[in-house]
Amino acid sequence: MSPRRDRRKLSVGLPNAVREIEADVPEGEPAPWGPDSKLKEVGGRVPRVEGAEKVSGSARYTSDVRLPGMLYGKVLRSPHPHARVRRVDLGPAKALPGVKAALALAEGREVRYQGDEIAALAAVTEEAAEDALHAIRVEYEVLPFVTDLEAARAPDAPEAAEGPNVRPGRPNGRGNVEEALAAADARIEATYRTPVQTHVPLETHGTVAQWEGEKLTVWDSTQAVHRVRDSLAQRLRKDKNSVRAISEHVGGGFGSKLGLGASAVIAAMLSREAGAPVKLLLSRREEHLASGNRPSSVQVIRAGARKDGTLVALALASHGTGGVRAGAAGCSAPLEQIYPCPNIRVEHADVVTNSGPACAMRAPGFVQGAFALESAVDELARELGMDPLEFRRKNLRTDSALDEIRAREYEIGAERIGWSRRGKDGAGKGVLRRGLGMANGIWGGAGGPGPVVEVTVAKDGTADVAVGTQDIGTGTRTACAMVAAEELGLPLAAVRVRIGDSDLPFATGSGGSSTAPSVTPAVRVAAAQARAALLEAAAKILEAPLGSLEVSGGRVVVKGTDKSVGLFEAAGRHPGGVVTGRAERSGNYRSFSGRTAGVQFAEVEVDTETGYVRVVKVVAVHDCGRIVNRLAAESQVIGGVVMGLSYALMEERIMDHRTGLWVNPDLENYKVLGCLECPEIEPVMLEVWNAGNATGVMGLGEPPVVPTAGAVANAVANAIGARVRELPITPARVLEALGQA
Amino acid sequence: MRAFEYLSPKTLEAASAAVRTAPEGARIIAGGQDLLGELKERIATPGRVVSLKAVPGLRGIREESGSLRIGALATVQEVAESPLVREKAPALAEAATSVGTPQIRALGTVGGNLCQRPRCWYYRLADFPCLKKGGGTCFAVEGDSRYHAILGGGPCHIVHPSDLAVALVALDASVEVVGAKGRRTIPIADLYALPAVDASRETTLAPDEIVAEVSVPAGARSAFRKFREKLSLDFAVVAAAVALGPKGPRVALGGVAPVPWRSREAEAALGAKPVTAESAAAAATAALAPAKPLKNNRYKVPLACAVLRRTILAAAGVADPGPPAPPATPAPTKKAGEDF
Repeated sequence: MSPRRDRRKLSVGLPNAVREIEADVPEGEPAPWGPDSKLKEVGGRVPRVEGAEKVSGSARYTSDVRLPGMLYGKVLRSPHPHARVRRVDLGPAKALPGVKAALALAEGREVRYQGDEIAALAAVTEEAAEDALHAIRVEYEVLPFVTDLEAARAPDAPEAAEGPNVRPGRPNGRGNVEEALAAADARIEATYRTPVQTHVPLETHGTVAQWEGEKLTVWDSTQAVHRVRDSLAQRLRKDKNSVRAISEHVGGGFGSKLGLGASAVIAAMLSREAGAPVKLLLSRREEHLASGNRPSSVQVIRAGARKDGTLVALALASHGTGGVRAGAAGCSAPLEQIYPCPNIRVEHADVVTNSGPACAMRAPGFVQGAFALESAVDELARELGMDPLEFRRKNLRTDSALDEIRAREYEIGAERIGWSRRGKDGAGKGVLRRGLGMANGIWGGAGGPGPVVEVTVAKDGTADVAVGTQDIGTGTRTACAMVAAEELGLPLAAVRVRIGDSDLPFATGSGGSSTAPSVTPAVRVAAAQARAALLEAAAKILEAPLGSLEVSGGRVVVKGTDKSVGLFEAAGRHPGGVVTGRAERSGNYRSFSGRTAGVQFAEVEVDTETGYVRVVKVVAVHDCGRIVNRLAAESQVIGGVVMGLSYALMEERIMDHRTGLWVNPDLENYKVLGCLECPEIEPVMLEVWNAGNATGVMGLGEPPVVPTAGAVANAVANAIGARVRELPITPARVLEALGQA
Repeated sequence: MRAFEYLSPKTLEAASAAVRTAPEGARIIAGGQDLLGELKERIATPGRVVSLKAVPGLRGIREESGSLRIGALATVQEVAESPLVREKAPALAEAATSVGTPQIRALGTVGGNLCQRPRCWYYRLADFPCLKKGGGTCFAVEGDSRYHAILGGGPCHIVHPSDLAVALVALDASVEVVGAKGRRTIPIADLYALPAVDASRETTLAPDEIVAEVSVPAGARSAFRKFREKLSLDFAVVAAAVALGPKGPRVALGGVAPVPWRSREAEAALGAKPVTAESAAAAATAALAPAKPLKNNRYKVPLACAVLRRTILAAAGVADPGPPAPPATPAPTKKAGEDF
């Protein structure tokens, strides 16, 4: 049953553009902080509360868990892109000293990508386990395969998995694109390509599993402890309360750790068979091959505009491969959502190939789509002879809060990067040529109901926040502490946060930029309830009606008298000297904008003789509603830009299509941006009073990775007067665009 | 990795003997920065690993009768930081500075750098039974060859990964090696052989021969430049070293051939005259004239040309006026980005 809601007036908007809206706020929830709220903790710059533990090495990640008698698990993986596993002979492996458990995982079934699981075993040392893997005998019937995206579309291509390789989705759109294009004053058509990218979390997937009787505990590197608990219980046919998932610290996930990982299931099965705890950590190669990826894309965009810059038509025909997983490669959202274009048509087909399955990766689809769209928009502006930023300004809606945010971000970014310095495309002379480019992003990030938080306040003036969410490196733990400290008037050091454990109250997975906007409102409401309970207790102690009390200097005072009691002392009235507030995140209420924009500007320097692109600076202007921790928000933006630059310039899965095998499942030739390639990154946070939930927070996990590649590609085109339409923008591609290779 | 016997003899002669007598093959280990990768991938499965760490006297860098003498166990970092090397053989110091990461330079040795195995992905991955591993085919010919050879390739198309070797070829260094028949000294260029000779190996050393010392004529003006896609850790896509010594210019390229590639064409183009912007450009063009790119590495030709031109100018101390006006090139037949 949904709680009663009270209609309230809320102040929302942007700095210097505040207005009031009416929203129905659930009873018992404090109104979101507005522009006039005087806040002590929220909005500050706070180093993460577990920072010292992390830099000193004492923070316990899954890989740090060591249990008495613990065994080491390893997985034997398919060396073939497509095969039927006729027989798995574990005998020779089991006969080796130190091998305690072995499982055949794929006997009798087809494996459809290099790296698919064939068998697993556990032994007393990692070395013994690895030696034993080599002793397993597998009989494969090698089957025809296809890994190349275009080859897989051919009518006579081998079937990669059950069903056709090409799986078209339902076209979507509005208006009439063909008529609008025919009537447009300027039009472009271009093909953009993006590679398969992998998540590359510093900490690979891994699990330590331990059975105690019928109870299973897993330490798992995950973005969703409750989902791991539930899914694992289901897979092992156990009840939920027999399984516990713990993830104290996570070394990154970026979407790849949102579901139940194979490592958790395999570790649990091995542990049960061996009767001992098992640690199973994936190698970097396994992580690349089999732990998910961002699908590739080929996007043909047609766009048309009127002379005055009004965008009148956008058409996208795309295909891409998420390996053996279909339905993951669509990328039309930015094209359908960013501009108020009246005529849009999108069509997409997923192409199934014999390579590792895709999974969610930081702004799935949006990153690929924004690169192509924002490149095309620049090409269209160039066709019209318009400045690309001016072109985008012409295409803002006048009745949209999101476009009001975007317009402000244009203004801030243009000023910070020095957009007025921008010359015409390719106007520079000399070997090294500078260019400026910019691009838009878009994301949701409003969060939603689900998380349940308990805030327990003790009479000694400390508080405990308990919620089964997880901190995947984004600063969730610190944000929860700050919000609770704010609401309770406590110093940050007096608040302890417990997360990362499925024995704690339920919380949703950390994906979709939903953690901060879903969890922090419930923290605030639970803290407010605890505070209300303290006041009620104080009223009883002071024998005065609630309405006669005020809080001043940490004490509850009966107005106009000298009768008072310490706010937290009042908890002494309750059993155990503690009061607990418990809140469930309510549904979103009316907000200023239910979505986030984000605009980035890049300056590059291109060596026209070698094709090397040096990014000089990125200005990233982002909104995320109310900012809880400014330091963490800026770090989040910087991290997103780094990932976006890495995608723009370096990252790429490279396959040998004749054998169907990866040639760069490592970090040597799968290149990830390093410290020397990182430019100056200037994060600019545009605070928006957004309402929508009790803290007014919006998510910021995904937005900063969306615009980056487009901004870089546009800056490169501005520098050299030629366009690279395929990521990554390598020296080879730049030289070819320049007609030199 | 496969289990092995580990020996740590006290002399190079004993080390050589330990390799010679190993019943199931042996490999030498110094810094281990290269060998461990091969062992972990099980593309090397020696029954014995012979460490040089206990052999005394292999670490120093000193000057002796006009030459720098660098022990095989001197670390890459020691070479990079050595005031002697920086002054008397700047190309070598620059090459050392460009190697790997600070961690790799701190452990990697000069001897190991010269004898390291290629980075070719078809070689490094056990999945590919390539020519170099005794298989029947070079996968780069039909496969992804973006980082492979444009000069001297065939039947195997690796590029030699050593940066130090490129500088040493330009500097006309020689190498002292110890083996069953005692010590011998060979010009650095003769340390390497093309795959046409034997695709399974890159050096001319007998299996039990060990690099003991490198000798570098001191004092030539020289420079080294390396182009990599990722500055913070990458092997050369293209490297170049140029020395302008009393016997005339010596030019070497890295990242383009299965051996550190000496370009006599470039040397001839430079001749004995002072280097000018024009002669540097002409020499670079001459060096790349024999290039035969594979399917995916045509870009390395203009890239190597640019890097070499810049390196020649740097060695000569001539300001870089930028590249000469390009000759009329046919319009690209492919759309941007295709094929790579």
